[in-house]
Amino acid sequence: MTATQQHTTGRVSGIISNLVLVQVDGPVGQNEIGFIQMGDTPLMAEVIKVMGDKAYIQVFESTRGLRPGMEVRFEGHMLEATFGPGILSRNYDGLMHDLNTMSGIFLQKGDYTSALDLDKAWAFEPLAKAGDEVAAGHWLGQVDENGIPHKIMVPFKLKGRYTVDSIVEKGDYKVQDTIAVLKDERGTEHKVSMLQKFPVKQAIKAYREKPRPYQLLETGVRTIDTLTPMVEGGTGFIPGPFGSGKTVLQQAISKQAEADIVIVAACGERANEVVDLFVEFPELEDPWTGRKLMERTTIIANTSNMPVAAREASVYTAMSIAEYYRAMGLKVLLLADSTSRWAQALREMSNRMEELPGPDAFPMDLPAIISNFYARAGIVHLNNGETGSITFIGTVSPAGGNLKEPVTESTKKVARCFYALSQSRADSKRYPAIDPIESYSKYLEYPELQRTLNEQIEERWTDKVNELRNILLRGKEAAEQINILGDDGVSIDTHLTFWRSEIVDEIILQQNAFDEVDARTPLDRQQYMVNKVLEVVDRPLSFDRYEEINPYFKRVINAMKQMNYSAFDSEDFKQNMQELEETLAEREVEEG
Amino acid sequence: MPTAFQRIYTKVEEITKATCTVHATDVGYEELATVNGQLAQVVKIMGEKVTLQVFAGTQGVPTDAEVVFLGKAPSLKVGDALAGRFFNAYGLPIDGGPEVEGREQEIGGPSVNPVRRKQPSELITTGIAGIDLNNTLVTGQKIPFFADPDQPFNQVIATVALRTAADRIVLGGIGLTNDDYLYFKSVFENAGALHRIVSFVNTTEDPTVERLLVPEMALTAAEYFAVEKKEKVLVLLTDMTLYADALSIVSNRMDQIPSKDSMPGSLYSDLAKLYEKAVQFEEGGSITIVAVTTLSGGDITHAIPDNTGYITEGQLFLRRDTDIGKVIVDPFRSLSRLKQLVIGKKTREDHPQVMNAAVRLYADAANAKTKLENGFELTDYDKRTLDFARGYSEKLLAIDVNIDTDKMLDTAWELFASHFSKAEVGIKQSLTDQYWPGQ
Ligand SMILES: Nc1ncnc2c1ncn2[C@@H]1O[C@H](COP(=O)(O)OP(=O)(O)OP(=O)(O)O)[C@@H](O)[C@H]1O
Ligand SMILES: [Mg+2]
Repeated sequence: MTATQQHTTGRVSGIISNLVLVQVDGPVGQNEIGFIQMGDTPLMAEVIKVMGDKAYIQVFESTRGLRPGMEVRFEGHMLEATFGPGILSRNYDGLMHDLNTMSGIFLQKGDYTSALDLDKAWAFEPLAKAGDEVAAGHWLGQVDENGIPHKIMVPFKLKGRYTVDSIVEKGDYKVQDTIAVLKDERGTEHKVSMLQKFPVKQAIKAYREKPRPYQLLETGVRTIDTLTPMVEGGTGFIPGPFGSGKTVLQQAISKQAEADIVIVAACGERANEVVDLFVEFPELEDPWTGRKLMERTTIIANTSNMPVAAREASVYTAMSIAEYYRAMGLKVLLLADSTSRWAQALREMSNRMEELPGPDAFPMDLPAIISNFYARAGIVHLNNGETGSITFIGTVSPAGGNLKEPVTESTKKVARCFYALSQSRADSKRYPAIDPIESYSKYLEYPELQRTLNEQIEERWTDKVNELRNILLRGKEAAEQINILGDDGVSIDTHLTFWRSEIVDEIILQQNAFDEVDARTPLDRQQYMVNKVLEVVDRPLSFDRYEEINPYFKRVINAMKQMNYSAFDSEDFKQNMQELEETLAEREVEEG
Repeated sequence: MPTAFQRIYTKVEEITKATCTVHATDVGYEELATVNGQLAQVVKIMGEKVTLQVFAGTQGVPTDAEVVFLGKAPSLKVGDALAGRFFNAYGLPIDGGPEVEGREQEIGGPSVNPVRRKQPSELITTGIAGIDLNNTLVTGQKIPFFADPDQPFNQVIATVALRTAADRIVLGGIGLTNDDYLYFKSVFENAGALHRIVSFVNTTEDPTVERLLVPEMALTAAEYFAVEKKEKVLVLLTDMTLYADALSIVSNRMDQIPSKDSMPGSLYSDLAKLYEKAVQFEEGGSITIVAVTTLSGGDITHAIPDNTGYITEGQLFLRRDTDIGKVIVDPFRSLSRLKQLVIGKKTREDHPQVMNAAVRLYADAANAKTKLENGFELTDYDKRTLDFARGYSEKLLAIDVNIDTDKMLDTAWELFASHFSKAEVGIKQSLTDQYWPGQ
């Protein structure tokens, strides 16, 4: 693109909500960005359909007051993310405008702030030297961003091979300063700064290969790590009716997961929930580095009262930023709450354009859109041999809580971990309400993950996980029998089977996200508790009457729960353990 | 009356039940107009074809109707003089008083920048344990009552409103029966609270589509008091189901493809735009929304309650407890999402655990009841849970209980101690040590 390039312009000729029809005077591209000039206010919009000299654009703002005849100027590029040091700790809207530098209490139309601080100087350290052969994504240098080595890379837009003609010395530079000059094969020079842009809807593919994930991504959530583990570079989704705990679970993961970078996309959900992050993240510590959580986090907020068209953009913006950091060889965790709102935004627009609707009036290509998006996550081997990853977990808000709906079904086909939140568990406050029987992690079937788990945690760990699952399954069957036949209509053993599964449920599955200690269980503690639970469950106990079972197990569970609430290996913890042992001893079966 | 600057057109080309289309130029999107004197709003522009939604419906609109564009979006004159007054959906007085003088403010204005919001942290107390103990509310929260049409929801929200320490109460009455309108009027008057209250009312006698304006009118007034006067404003919206019904009527008439339950595909965004006006501002003002969503046949999977539940910060269910013959706030299905921000922090430290333990034991009682109904024998524990549940319902959950939160907690501990052992209650030992009665 050169400075002399002509911009296509056009004039507004029709308006239906935020869908605007534009009569254009030249070429326009699908997904090209345009600005409608409304008095002094530019309104950003994206081309979503072209018919002859008519372009349909979706406006990322309220169109109140827009009039036919207003001028539109097209930019010659698609919606782009802006990359460079200083993205971390920032709060963006769905189009990557900095929310903190906007003026006023209310969001003003056309207040398009810069994604990066253009005046801040960064201590740049070159990693490449003149004469090096490079290509897109090659690390030219690095700066320190909140303690993370932020790599300055050859812009992703540059195709083909280049030679480093010159690179600046170690020193302080602003993001727009030229830090290197590259020469292409024809000898043309390209200036490179620390700032680059890239279309959000295109995947950044500056890597050599995408292997299958093989390593656990620890979240500190017991039911996930132990029973349905997420992996570095994995994908998962959390469907659940309203109030079942999707957001609380996702926020717990965002606080505790073993990741270098966390990108949170608040997509069409409550503003107050984003405020929680704004308030908590600067205070809370990253359990892995001791730094403040906010230092490793970027929040993309398109809350439900923000323009609907920007909702779709928000998840792409978030993914794009994640890809940028992955290309630096970092472990990125990307969370989106809720992907259903994004799908609904697509539906609103598709209906306005009178496209042929698919199931539940969603666009026909919804499954493809979802699948392409999830496919952008993953672990990659970069061209320089380093590894980076994007782990993606999205929530889904199924209409009426019914999982037989297009967004859930399309997502289930592509996401490898399924964390189904159950209404009945949420109703009985069994949080996190992940249904242990319905939910799965396909990764647990990967021999490469089984191998790493058994090496990392302990030999035969995966067998123990299966054992827990079986206890839960048998417990469920026992509960059904008791329901049908009554307490006195089943054997003592059936009662014991049920209560043993209750121990697993209460001690491993249930976890209070609001208790300082219980909220996060590190892997070694999970291992300890799993072994403890299995040991307790394996003990033969003797009871004469079923009536004795319930109060007894309540005491066992209570003692173990207290353990969960006490700091690991603290005095309290040991005391609770003592209590547990005493309780267990009461019912011990005499040997011989 | 048209002035020289207003553009007048007299050739109506198409008329449907709720809309009419005229040839016109230089019209702004969402601009107001009158069609033979009836208020209308621009909902679609295609070249020179402008489609108007006529709020009162198009009955009697002729093809030569006089269409006058007013050059502005729907607005409300805001000022302190709104206090104590009753208005219709257009913001015009219906109480016989004079029109309000004030600054003209467009309704449905911009959203608050999320980084300028404050995290809600101020407790709202109502004296109702089903709310204060189990589902504590906070200023800046939005929460609906999910109620069957025959439940006393309007009485309950009126009670809630009058018991809270709100500086200002804004009532948005959407399709209120005339009786309920008069009910609100008299309770507010009798409580001597009229000066704190602003009401926008569309009754069942008014045109349906007009209802669409009521919530935005109410919220615009609320924003005035919360932003400019830094007041704690409580907005009551009843019945939001009728608002959604009006949305579906309009969108169906505009040939939009309906999604679930014949509701427009944009229902989530439409409702969110209103509910998200609930906010705690840094400067002290706040807007809290307590709404009513009536259910049909108790079905919360219907698109209206379903979308509402996904937007609001919890929901409250009313239920008649046949054992005690009173209306209670159902502890199972009700939930206040923001209670975490205040319970145990702004209230006594034992609040979270006491609340959870009580609900758990109440759930055990529900299981015992099922057993009983299915003809099974009850254990001693089952029987004790049933006794507990009765006391819990009567002394705490019943909507007519009016006590402060500490008293609620003490009552709960007493109930625990008289029916259970400490292990059965399962509360953290440090708390049990301190609060278990009679030790
Ligand atoms: N792990 C947990 N521990 C304790 N309470 C929890 C937990 N998870 C959820 N809750 C409770 O459930 C409430 C609702 O959870 P959350 O907001 O995460 O639901 P959601 O599924 O995101 O709902 P929506 O779809 O409406 O956004 C929380 O406010 C909290 O009271
Ligand atoms: Mg949520």
